Amino acid sequence: MERVMLKCRKCGRETPEEVLKSNWWICPGCGGYFRMSARERIRLVVDEGSFRELDPAMLGGNPLDFPEYDGKLDKARETSGERDAVVTGYGRIGKRKCAFFVMDSGFMMGSMGTVVGEKITRVFEYATENRLPVIGFTCSGGARMQEGVLSLMQMAKISVACRWHSNAGLFYMAILTDPTTGGVTASFAMEGDVIAAEPGALIGFAGQRVIEQTTGQKLPEGFQKAEFQLEHGFADFIIGRKKMKDVIAELIDVNTPRERPADKKLPK
Amino acid sequence: MNAYDKVLSARAADRAQGTFYINRIIDDFIELHGDRSFGDDGAIVGGVGYLDKRPVTVITMNRGETLEERMKRNFGCPSPEGYRKALRLMKQAEKFGRPVICFVGSPGAYCGITAEERGQGQAIAQNLWEMAALEIPILTVVTGEGGSGGALALSVCDRMIMLEDAVYSVVSPEGCATILWKDAGRAKEAAELLKLTSDDLLRLGVADAVLEESGKTPEQVAKEMKKLLVSSLKELDKIRISVLLASRYQRYRKIGDLWN
Repeated sequence: MERVMLKCRKCGRETPEEVLKSNWWICPGCGGYFRMSARERIRLVVDEGSFRELDPAMLGGNPLDFPEYDGKLDKARETSGERDAVVTGYGRIGKRKCAFFVMDSGFMMGSMGTVVGEKITRVFEYATENRLPVIGFTCSGGARMQEGVLSLMQMAKISVACRWHSNAGLFYMAILTDPTTGGVTASFAMEGDVIAAEPGALIGFAGQRVIEQTTGQKLPEGFQKAEFQLEHGFADFIIGRKKMKDVIAELIDVNTPRERPADKKLPK
Repeated sequence: MNAYDKVLSARAADRAQGTFYINRIIDDFIELHGDRSFGDDGAIVGGVGYLDKRPVTVITMNRGETLEERMKRNFGCPSPEGYRKALRLMKQAEKFGRPVICFVGSPGAYCGITAEERGQGQAIAQNLWEMAALEIPILTVVTGEGGSGGALALSVCDRMIMLEDAVYSVVSPEGCATILWKDAGRAKEAAELLKLTSDDLLRLGVADAVLEESGKTPEQVAKEMKKLLVSSLKELDKIRISVLLASRYQRYRKIGDLWN
């Protein structure tokens, strides 16, 4: 089998893919985080054998007949092996039952159109019906332009489903991975009870080039990184991959609704 | 008018904006300032008044009129504190059981370092999340250019009314053309593709009603807008809150759902 070498975007060092796979997709040279596919994320975080996928067959079209979009979708499906930019399902993380969604930057930079919106909405609905927490890994360039205003409305659609899940007293944890920007940041990425961020991840609303062009200002060092978000109060903590499972499991545990003993009804 | 003409018309400096309509529709308007946390964003104006003798909260984006005022109001591009002010006023409206009317018309949320430092994404997200379950009727009127998440943060609602020549889009046609073809000059083409006119939005189920402007003065439009707002609120008044919230859920649930 041919050895695939992948280059670290931070230090430039090349590492064989199988080495990265067994090292949490962390560069052995500088400790920098590689982006990984949704399937790899699930393999690393979800308890082995517990994963059940929701809506695996859902396939999107070209609702606005946007030119060249069909071709882009075909190409993305071919290179990623996914049908769209998110994988959803349920299973166990550190033995705790939960539902989850994992976005995939390998599919049109994780952009959000109607399929992504529908699948994430359904996972919140599934979790609400089955009284499960939702663990969501975000990774997205934002709304998918080729689906126009329908993409924009997915932000509202997911937010409404997320709010109903929350009103049912259930826990939602968002884990922001590189990159989380635009309409995803301005909706469900920032709606978690707990918001964690992977080290070094780019997290922001406006694109960096847009900010530079509109304001003419030079961006400060570390602008819109995970650490910047922590410093400004928009992330609860930075989460390392190796301890991620344990942290998620504990947070599911402590965020399970409990009745105070004094409030429990006495037996008649 | 083609789609791009509508974009230009929606943006025109002399186009009537939310404040114009508030002055004509809302009696005894009192402006309320500030987000109680950081500052007061002039790009969003909000307050209380009466719509046909009934107390309401009104919130509008404001691009300003004179150059000086435009600069003060950041050309109508809200910062996080603008969205947080809007949310504060909405929660106040919920407490006192009065409906909220939002007017949308600005290029979009401000893209700048300070806005990012103060959590532009979080501010917009918080509004979507809160408006999803706000226990009072919410009406949104798109009067001009409705741009991206920055417009959505004032338009999670029970009824969306669009003026005929207003537009509402995920991205500006110039932005879209730059991303797709690296050529902002092709904005006209992009505008057609994005399906951003009031007719498009009505067809896609995003807008519920279009208010005609052709051959009418803004004064006449204001009169009809008032009638439509009053009748929409009367209709929503008949619906119990739990049902209203469930319908709001369904309103968004079905947009772009091609699988149910």
